[in-house]
Amino acid sequence: MIFKNAQVVVKDKLVRTDITVENGRIIRLGTADGEDAVDCTGLTIFPGLIDMHVHLREPGAERKEDILSGCRAAVRGGFTQVCCMPNTDPVADNKVVVSYIRQRAEEVGLCKVHPIGAITKGQRGEELAAIGGMKAAGAVALSEDGKSVLSSKLMANAMRYASDFGLKCLCHCEDPSLSDGGCVHEGYNATIAGLKGIPRAAEDVMIARELVLSESLGLPVHICHVSTFSGVQLIREAKARGVKVTAETCPHYFTLTDDAIRSFDPNTKVNPPLREERDRLAILEGLKDGTLDCIVTDHAPHHEDDKRVEYDRAAFGISGLETSFALSYTQLVRGGVLTLPQLAEKMSGNPARILGLSGGELKEGAPADLTVADLNKKWKVDPKDFVSKGKNTPFAGREVYGKVVYTVVDGSVKYSLARGDRA
Amino acid sequence: MTRKDLLGLYDLSAGEIETILALGLRFKAALKRGEKEHTALKGRSVVLLFYENSTRTRTSFELAAKFLGAQVVNISVATSSVQKGETLVDTGKTLDAMKNDFIVIRHAMGGAPKLLAETVKAHVINGGDGMHEHPTQALLDMLTLKEHFGQIAGLKIAVLGDIRHSRVAKSNLYGLTKLGAEVRMFGPRTLLPEGLEREGAIVCSSREEAVEGADAVMGLRIQLERQKAGNFPSLGEYQRYYGIDENVLHAAKKGALVLHPGPVNRGVELTSGVIDGAQSRIDDQVLSGLAVRMAVLSLLGGEERA
Repeated sequence: MIFKNAQVVVKDKLVRTDITVENGRIIRLGTADGEDAVDCTGLTIFPGLIDMHVHLREPGAERKEDILSGCRAAVRGGFTQVCCMPNTDPVADNKVVVSYIRQRAEEVGLCKVHPIGAITKGQRGEELAAIGGMKAAGAVALSEDGKSVLSSKLMANAMRYASDFGLKCLCHCEDPSLSDGGCVHEGYNATIAGLKGIPRAAEDVMIARELVLSESLGLPVHICHVSTFSGVQLIREAKARGVKVTAETCPHYFTLTDDAIRSFDPNTKVNPPLREERDRLAILEGLKDGTLDCIVTDHAPHHEDDKRVEYDRAAFGISGLETSFALSYTQLVRGGVLTLPQLAEKMSGNPARILGLSGGELKEGAPADLTVADLNKKWKVDPKDFVSKGKNTPFAGREVYGKVVYTVVDGSVKYSLARGDRA
Repeated sequence: MTRKDLLGLYDLSAGEIETILALGLRFKAALKRGEKEHTALKGRSVVLLFYENSTRTRTSFELAAKFLGAQVVNISVATSSVQKGETLVDTGKTLDAMKNDFIVIRHAMGGAPKLLAETVKAHVINGGDGMHEHPTQALLDMLTLKEHFGQIAGLKIAVLGDIRHSRVAKSNLYGLTKLGAEVRMFGPRTLLPEGLEREGAIVCSSREEAVEGADAVMGLRIQLERQKAGNFPSLGEYQRYYGIDENVLHAAKKGALVLHPGPVNRGVELTSGVIDGAQSRIDDQVLSGLAVRMAVLSLLGGEERA
């Protein structure tokens, strides 16, 4: 198959080239002609996008999402690879659950799904999970997802033991004694809405601890969904003195502020919470200067029943797979923060490097994972169109640019805008 | 008033507040004359849906609705289907299907009345939601002040205590500043939330600074569990540094009023001398509450008559 006449992101450049794909691999970047050519005039081809932080909910919470619906949402959003968090039921803290997820994803056959194993058994923070077994079964990283391992000693041991198996810990940073049942960012808007706040310190204290552990052990650590200006600063300073830290943020943290919570719309409830303009600007700066390496969705699909309740009672989380690319392109590239190749690094190259995944770059010999997008296409977010079971988005009605036209995984078209996702 | 619901004073205009207070004053005068039979809500029904315990607010709403001629139903959440796991939205739909005209809701979570109001056709009145708002309490405070001083504009009001958790303090801040009063706030740093200045509050650094020259001093109820949660060391220390006694009151204007939303922890927020003293309007506030709730019910869905 030949993708013709597109603008293509190759390393740090935009080039006009055709891409020839054979047997699931890119065999040629350069002018080509053939029978099965797809005309991509006016379109842009990115290395297949990778989302290293999603929740697919299977096994256990299939009412919210399952591997099929989650993968359909992923390819509709342009993602060729996703890494799914272990907070399933049962928890992905052993090789059986990890194997199940991989096997089910293979049956579904849309995007590549890489399970992330729990750091501790049952995410209880008491004993290490079966890390070696999970690695053998295909886990690509470890995370306690949704909480921090509270014992600093156990966390240090997790980093050490994980390094024996070449795995990194992806750290959700939250001191629960500081977040203390809060549901929005602590500040002016929380005061006026009368909702309990989560201070920045709840996140920053744990970011600081993980940085100290990483630095003292000389081992890598990855900080999940950074939302605070002060967290960005902690990571920037750590990187400057050589700490092996990488970090991610999400589209909602660089697009929205906690002004959005004043509507009491539970779709604005997410953990960590939407912060202030000062934080949003720092996140943009962190993406620009490289402090923040990747953009992830923290895709957290929920059933309507989990959201159509009092704000305090509503579940945390945003269904993000189908809006991430457009929000990122609109805010960051059209907003003048990143170039297209830099966006590709945040959404593909860096996640691949951090987790040691194949892909992340368009070059001859690489797997033919491609995301083909129409950047000039303006569209309006409508959760009714989501193929994810989770319609929970605070972006309903927002106008964005950039529509995914094809998602190609190992050379086969898994999503086509014209045909829908059942390619 | 053209609005369907009363969810808070944040969204009300000064004009709307003045309208409620003017009618409230007429109802209060009528109550003082012993007139308890009105017809504004004749043929209407009012449901009191209280998810939190309350004696004074619930009784006040119940009497207000009855004096206006409405049928009143009390739902005690402890014995209702809510205990069987029914959601607020479903409870609202059920009450709406019974063609109720008003639902007064009290709830521990901020925003719950708004969710209910979006679900039902009935008029929804917020009887206090979490740390968010308690509009009729602030309106009754303002009614008490207006009756005594003639107008709210230009008054200096000191609000002392657990501002963070107080829906009463927030509703008063919005209402009083909209009508031109100066609102000073003070409490332990652990119980002062961020951002009050943006809504016009003068956040003071001492009790004395807040009370100095004030026309009225409002104490707020301190929940005893706040001490356990580490916000202050003991009730004794709270009283000593944050409570209102005769000495503190001395710094206020001569004859300044003392207000408290009740129920009072005697000897904690206020000393008994202050509660029972000549400047206390705590009992008068209760009558104002009845009158202002009659005004709110009438204006939202009945005929304006007093």
